[in-house]
Amino acid sequence: MKVGRSLGCLMVVALAAAAAGGAALGQAATTIPKDALVQPEALHRELQANPHAALILQVGSRMMFDQDHIPGAEYAGAGSRPEGLQALRMRVGGLPRSKAIVLYCGCCPWDKCPNVAPAWQLLHGMGFTQVRVLYIAQNFGTDWVARGYSAERTQ
Amino acid sequence: MLAWGGGGRAQEPASLVGRRAPEFSLESLQHTRMDLAQDRGKVVLLNFWATWCGPCKVEMPRFMEWQKQYGARGLQVIGVSIDDSAAPARAFVEKLDLNYPVVMGNAKLGEQYGGVLGVPVTFLIDRAGMVRARFDGEEHLAAEERQMRGLLGHPGH
Repeated sequence: MKVGRSLGCLMVVALAAAAAGGAALGQAATTIPKDALVQPEALHRELQANPHAALILQVGSRMMFDQDHIPGAEYAGAGSRPEGLQALRMRVGGLPRSKAIVLYCGCCPWDKCPNVAPAWQLLHGMGFTQVRVLYIAQNFGTDWVARGYSAERTQ
Repeated sequence: MLAWGGGGRAQEPASLVGRRAPEFSLESLQHTRMDLAQDRGKVVLLNFWATWCGPCKVEMPRFMEWQKQYGARGLQVIGVSIDDSAAPARAFVEKLDLNYPVVMGNAKLGEQYGGVLGVPVTFLIDRAGMVRARFDGEEHLAAEERQMRGLLGHPGH
């Protein structure tokens, strides 16, 4: 009985790890290399010049996304959840590895965001070479919407 | 207490303070109907949170303490999960054995409350149903308790 239960637990862990694709759940945003970050003002300017400069993926919360998100962005699932990373993997799986991608969350202050680092690690591990992460110091409301940068709600 | 300052499309959160709290009626994860209108006469602490939000998990045990300590004086804590699905939120509620109800949030509710574009976000609603404060982030527990006790009319305040 005990052996069966242990095997069951191991299988759950293995499935979660497989879904994460090697990304370390629980990694802090501060582990993302600085040269992979993009500041809000810089991304705002980039998008003004070319709205289709990159595929923008929100990896935080559907409820937050539906209220307000960067125009053209897609919701890809919470990066801190195995099912969220699996959804992200499915979304980008068929894309060329040179595709420009910007990940963002904005759920929490940067050093407490649990979502962006696992998502970045997943894409990095899949071989994507043009992945950046939007640096959001406080949250998406304060650092993007309140600055007057373009945002839209899900229709 | 934080307030957004710019001209973004989302409604400025501070604008809800001093206004009537948007009402909602949702089934809680503990299978009770949560109707904000029925809590008129109580002081309501409305907390938006998520299972993956570290700062939220710092606050929730304190909210449990407050519900226990101040419930008889008229405090009602209500949690609103912004998780994508109910399963992880329900498991977390059961793990903590939360002593207050939790409902699943949605975009409409977030917009009604001035935009919940980060967590935790906590509102204090007075006995007349008016929003008295909004707190963004987890660093405000002392201020939240002080203001909540003031609304309750706790002795010494």
